[in-house]
Amino acid sequence: MRRLTPDELVFWQYRFVELNSTIVTTWVLMLVMTVGAWLITRKLVTEAHIPRWQGFLEIVVTTIEEQIKEVGLHNPVKYLGFLGTLFLFIAVSNLCTIIPGYEAPTGSLSTTSALAISVFVAVPFFGIEKQGLGGYLKSYLKPTWIMLPFNIISELSRTFALAIRLFGNIMSGTMIVGILLSITPLIFPIFMDLLGLLTGMVQAYIFSILATVYIAAATRTREA
Amino acid sequence: MDSMTLIAIVSIITAGVTIGLGSIAPALGEGRAVSAALSSLAQQPDAATTITRTLFVGLAMIESIAIYCLVISMILIFANPFWHHVIAQATGK
Repeated sequence: MRRLTPDELVFWQYRFVELNSTIVTTWVLMLVMTVGAWLITRKLVTEAHIPRWQGFLEIVVTTIEEQIKEVGLHNPVKYLGFLGTLFLFIAVSNLCTIIPGYEAPTGSLSTTSALAISVFVAVPFFGIEKQGLGGYLKSYLKPTWIMLPFNIISELSRTFALAIRLFGNIMSGTMIVGILLSITPLIFPIFMDLLGLLTGMVQAYIFSILATVYIAAATRTREA
Repeated sequence: MDSMTLIAIVSIITAGVTIGLGSIAPALGEGRAVSAALSSLAQQPDAATTITRTLFVGLAMIESIAIYCLVISMILIFANPFWHHVIAQATGK
């Protein structure tokens, strides 16, 4: 029987404490990314000739910064930590599917829910920080107070949508390759895998750009 | 027909109907979105980056509706809770 999510591959269990493939992969990825970033940024140089990896990281950081600025957040450095982390984690965990035997942690509903909930918490956090508590709460009453329940519903449903979208895309990609392997195992699964890599990047981009848009909407001070 | 067969039949048919019907509307919507984006790209090639970014985000939002249907049908086929319940009862555990 096929596994729907990497949650179902349990390595170690004690009562309700469970060590499954999702947790292990997530921690390994976090370790690799943190140690990698630390190794690269240990010796930064500002000469005309910079090391290759430093150049790579500079491109990544400045590109994310530009994208955040384009959406309409004028102080991107403040949001770079949160949004950049979201993008890099999702992108790396989706791209690592080229490693055989690897199961993307983003193909598990618990990971994507955790990411979506962190966006759900971050939006009011940044909003209150920018506009104050009253100003932020007033944004729920726009355009009129009748919209209050709908604004609250949209806040909840978009969190749900963020989680399900990422989970569904990654899970379906893995599942389709799995099914194809039993039907046409020769070349065709490779193309679906390539498509899966593309979808993975696009989904990482979309997740972080949507988070940026939500934060930008919450921190926008009133123009009128 | 016992309940097990009934659950299997209903689950399989529902999975097919869900993804079949559920892809129609997003497909039409994506077609409209892409055609609108293409004509605006032809009119204003300068705004290509903005149009492409908005198009991608919009497409993903539309696409997610089809993905919800896919998730439902995948759950019905591979992780059906009712099926598991019946199996657990039949095996006596």
